[in-house]
Formats: sequence, C-alpha cells, structure tokens
Amino acid sequence: MDPVSTIEGRAIPFGAKNVDTDVIIPAEWLKTITREGLGQGAFQTVRAEPGNVFDDPEYAGAPILIAGDNFGCGSSREHAAWALLDLGITCVIAPSFSDIFASNAFKNGVLTVALPQDQIDRLLVVALSDEITIDLEHQTVTSPFQDRFTFEIDPFRKQCLLQGLDEVGLTLARDKAITTYETRQAAQMPWLAKGTEIAA
Amino acid sequence: MASKPRTLYDKIWDAHVVETREDGTSLVFIDRHLVHEVTSPQAFEALRLAGRKVRRPDLTLAVPDHNLPTTPRLDDRGQRVPIADPQSAAQLEALEANAPAFGIRYIDANAAEQGIVHVVGPEQGFSLPGSTIVCGDSHTAAHGGIGALAFGIGTSEVEHVLATQTLLLKRSRTLEVVVDGVLGAGVTPKDLILHIIGVIGTAGGTGHVIEYRGRVFEEMSIEGRLTVCNMSIEAGARAGLIAPDEKTFSYLQGRPLAPKGADWDAALKWWRSLPTDPGATFDKSVRIDATAVEPTVTWGTSPEDVVPIGGVVPDPASFADPSKQAAAAKSLTYMGLTPGQLLSDVAVENIFIGSCTNSRIEDLRAAAEVLRGRRKAEGVKWAIVVPGSGLVRAQAEAEGLDRIFIDAGFEWREPGCSACLGMNPDKVPPGERCASTSNRNFVGRQGPGARTHLMSPAMAAAAAVTGHLTDVRELTG
Repeated sequence: MDPVSTIEGRAIPFGAKNVDTDVIIPAEWLKTITREGLGQGAFQTVRAEPGNVFDDPEYAGAPILIAGDNFGCGSSREHAAWALLDLGITCVIAPSFSDIFASNAFKNGVLTVALPQDQIDRLLVVALSDEITIDLEHQTVTSPFQDRFTFEIDPFRKQCLLQGLDEVGLTLARDKAITTYETRQAAQMPWLAKGTEIAA
Repeated sequence: MASKPRTLYDKIWDAHVVETREDGTSLVFIDRHLVHEVTSPQAFEALRLAGRKVRRPDLTLAVPDHNLPTTPRLDDRGQRVPIADPQSAAQLEALEANAPAFGIRYIDANAAEQGIVHVVGPEQGFSLPGSTIVCGDSHTAAHGGIGALAFGIGTSEVEHVLATQTLLLKRSRTLEVVVDGVLGAGVTPKDLILHIIGVIGTAGGTGHVIEYRGRVFEEMSIEGRLTVCNMSIEAGARAGLIAPDEKTFSYLQGRPLAPKGADWDAALKWWRSLPTDPGATFDKSVRIDATAVEPTVTWGTSPEDVVPIGGVVPDPASFADPSKQAAAAKSLTYMGLTPGQLLSDVAVENIFIGSCTNSRIEDLRAAAEVLRGRRKAEGVKWAIVVPGSGLVRAQAEAEGLDRIFIDAGFEWREPGCSACLGMNPDKVPPGERCASTSNRNFVGRQGPGARTHLMSPAMAAAAAVTGHLTDVRELTG
C-alpha cells in the first residue's frame, strides 16, 4: 500500500446521504477477478443523469469526494473502495461512514474523514470553486479561505496509512501469540478447533 | 468471586481475544470463515503474490452462490451446462481452483449441499453458537441467529483471515432491541425486522452489535432468528445476535459438521453459559411492542423506507429532515409512486422468493401455504422460487411444495443468491416492480431500473395471487 500523507485538490461536491455500495459500484461489476478498471462502473446510476457531478469537467481527476451521512452502507464489497481508487479518489469526506466501508477504504489507502454536517455544508460550497487540502499528520482539512477543520482518526490506522504498512505482514509477525491461542482453544474448546475436519 | 455481568457479545468477544494492543485494538481469533466466489479471488491472488498460505484451511469452507445460474446445472446426460457469461464463469472457476490449491473444503455447484453461504453454514453445523464467523458478505450477520458473533468483511480482510485466522478489531458498542409481547397472526420475523429497521434507521446500528431480546425472539424458530439477524446490517450494525437456547441446540444436533460425542456435551455446557447475564448493560436500548407490528413492505429505495401494508405511500414533506425529504422525493420518482397512494393499489409484475434472508424451508412453507390451490395473477409475468440450498430444495420437494409453486405458475429453481442482486441472469427488467423476499431495495439492486418492494415470503405469495401488494391476512383470514 502506498503511504498517504497530504491530499490536495478539487473535491467532488456529491453530498448525497446513505450512498450504498450498490450505488458506488453495481453488482454486475463484481464479476472481476482483479482490482483494476472498476472506475468505469462507478456511480453508474448517478452518472446516467445529465449534469451529474461525476462527469462535470470541473471535477475531472478530483482526488476528494464529499458525501452525506452513512456513506458506503450496504454490501461489504471492497470493489467500492477499488472503484473510488480507479476514479482517482483517495479521500472521502462525510459526516459518517458504514463500518465495513470505512475498513475497506482504510485497507486500500483511501482516507475517510468524518466531519460534522455544518462543516460538510461549508466544504460543499468551497468545492464549487476551490481546492481542499487534507493533512493526515495534523488531522486537518483546510481551504484557501479561513476554513480549518480537525478530524479524528484511529491512531493505528493513521500510522498504517502514513507508513503504508502491510497489515497482514504485521499480524503474521504475531504468529507466536496466535499459536498460543490456538493451542489453548484446542485444549479447552476442541469442538471449535475441529472445523471441517470433524469425523462424520 | 462474582464477576461483572456480561452480555452475550462480551462473552464471545472475551473468549476470542488473542491479544489487545495499547490503543485498544484487539487481535481476534476467527473460528469459521465462509468463502464464496465474488469477494475471494483478489484475496487468494494476494496470498499467491506474497507467497503466503492459508493458516487454517480446516476452519474455512468454500461454496459458490452469487454468480450461479438457477436454471438446471446439468444436462440430460449429466454433463455440466456451461455458464454463458464468461466473467461469471471465470469467477466460479477461480474459486473451484483456489479452494483445493489452498487446501480448503469446497462444496461443488452440483453437490446436494450447495447453497447460499448463509444458509449452508448453519445447515451444515459449521456455524456454531459462541463462535466468531466471517465471510466476505455483509449478510454474514445472519449466523447471529444461532448465537454466533458473525459479520461481513471486505476482501482485504478475507485475505487477512486466510493468512492469519484473525482480524484486528475494536470492541463494538452494544445495542439491545427488546421486543416483548406476541406477534399477531400473519406477522412474520421478516415483518418484524423491517419494522425494527424502520424504527432505528439504516445508520441506527452503526458501530454497534445488536442483541435481539425478549419473548418474541425466544419463541421464534431458528429460521426466523436467522432472518432477523441477517438484516442487522440494514440497520447499520455489522452483527446481530440472539442468545442460543434449547431450540438452537436441537437445530444443530446431528448436523454434519456439528460437534459429536464428548465434544457435543462440552460444547453444550459452554453454550448454556453464553446468554447475557442479568444486570449486564448495553450502550443503547430500543424497545418495540410486538403487537404494533403489521405485515410490512418497503415503498422506497432504502430498507428503512417501510410502511404497514394497510398504509399509504408517504409524502416526502412529512419527513422532518430536509435531506430525507429530498431522498424520499427521489425514491418516489425512481419507484414510480405518488404520495398518498395505497400500498395495496401497487401492481407488481415480478415475484422473487429467495435470498439468504428468506429461502429456508420455513419460508418456502409459508409461501406455499398461501399459494396452495391458487394461481398467480395475469399481470404477474415472472415468479421464481429459489431455495437457499440443495438440501432445502430436496426437503421442499419431499413435502410437495415444488408442485404447489409450479401449479401456481412459479418457476422452481436451483439454489443461489439469484435476483437478490442479479449477478447471475435472474434480473428484474427496468421500470418493472418486484415483490421480493430479499434484503435490499437499493436503486438498481435487482437489475438496472428495477423497483423492489421488500416483504415476507407469505406477503410475496399473496402479491403473486392478486397481482398487487396485498395484506396476506385477507387471503388466509
């Protein structure tokens, strides 16, 4: 995963609430066995509408997306995060995110920034004409004007993003602790340790 | 020593923490991992690229479900019917190759045990009370119906579990949803969960694990509990739980992968200690009166857009929140409905009985009960029943339910996810309406432009008979 530090650029002023992952990437696009190329199917139903923000040349190549409450609800498909990345979006700003989407985004280096609705409303206005800057190290969102908003992020996630760490690699380094747990489980709860190997 | 009273969630969580870091994140052991063809290929590919293996293939079970056509899979000579869509075929082939390559047990598309992952897990006794269960599918929450902590994960997490049999998680907050009283006649677990989602909203459970408590759940069948927990994610909660009880244990006993002999006895002892202790507290609590729940349908494009069947399509102006007003107006345009219209006046052209929410034997029985001796209305062009697994299908056939469906004008299909999300050829045509027993009424979910009304199997059957959304109690009186 590439390290993430500062994201600077235009932001797509989408603003919609309860954007589900079926909207971000419809199921017909999930038949792929790779992670690439999903940008073509991203926001298909929204882009079918004339004058939509995603096809507005003003926001071409924008790295930031601004949305409403509960972004990424519904299906667990990580294709939603891959589709955003394929569009060049590396940061989503919204009042709240679904748990699964937030986790998927993080694991792909897509930063999710939660801000209160009034700050989102302000950024939706800024986005119409100007760039927005997200500084992960200092946990701030700023505009060329006086706007300076701070956001919370889990310290572990922040570290992983800043350093581009491989989470699987980190956990594999905890092999001893996992083995200890497995040994204890096999002794205390053997039925759980048996899985598909159980004698019929 | 008296320990602090704990919830069911606390007990399962505590039993699975491998270690907790300073920042409060825990490495949590995963007991059961279900794998299907859609969210796994990139995970297996990543393992291959990094030269990593699957840590516990014995705790992993793979079964194809999302892409499989539900039309006959073998021809007259017993040969596999090729899958027309090359992308679907490639994804299914990838799972069929990845499972044995990594030593994982694979249930073949033509095996009697094949079905939707969330039907197969409990049915095989692979999903157990008190266990942690994950799958790259948000409806994994279903397994909470047998008292397992079960939740959906993304593909990177699938890779993480395959490689380490653990996940890095933060303890969730807890939300109890208490439903006391008794559900009225004709009111099913599906109506109840739709009603609950309407009360708490699609983001109401975000960051929480729900425990469903109260008499209604104690008296509910295991199939019903799986239906309720399945849709927890539609209320924003990653997982839903119902305490395991004697009903759960007798459901599981004797299933192929359930514990046997001394293991069974030891498991029972632990399972009986799992229910929430008296005095344990939840972060949030919601109480619902069972007698207030009516047969329920959705009118919009979010599962929280629910209304009793006797009601009318709401006026967007009736919502307090301006953004909800805008969303409702947009939903009504998409759905082709007008405010004030009686739900029972809404005509449907398609009927889908199936999905991980409502494709178990009890669901098929409930629908067949309504359809017995009746036929679908003229205006209903397409009506399909997609059993949740080959075993459900066989059981239904043994009970003669297939004949009832076929005589009523339904197509009797092979198991899979089907028209719930239309990854396979089962789609609802643009602009047409579907009375569906699935879990999501999102824009385009059942096919581009498709209009979905969520409801129970009995209600979908009633809509098939009359050709419009109908209070099933008028037919079963």
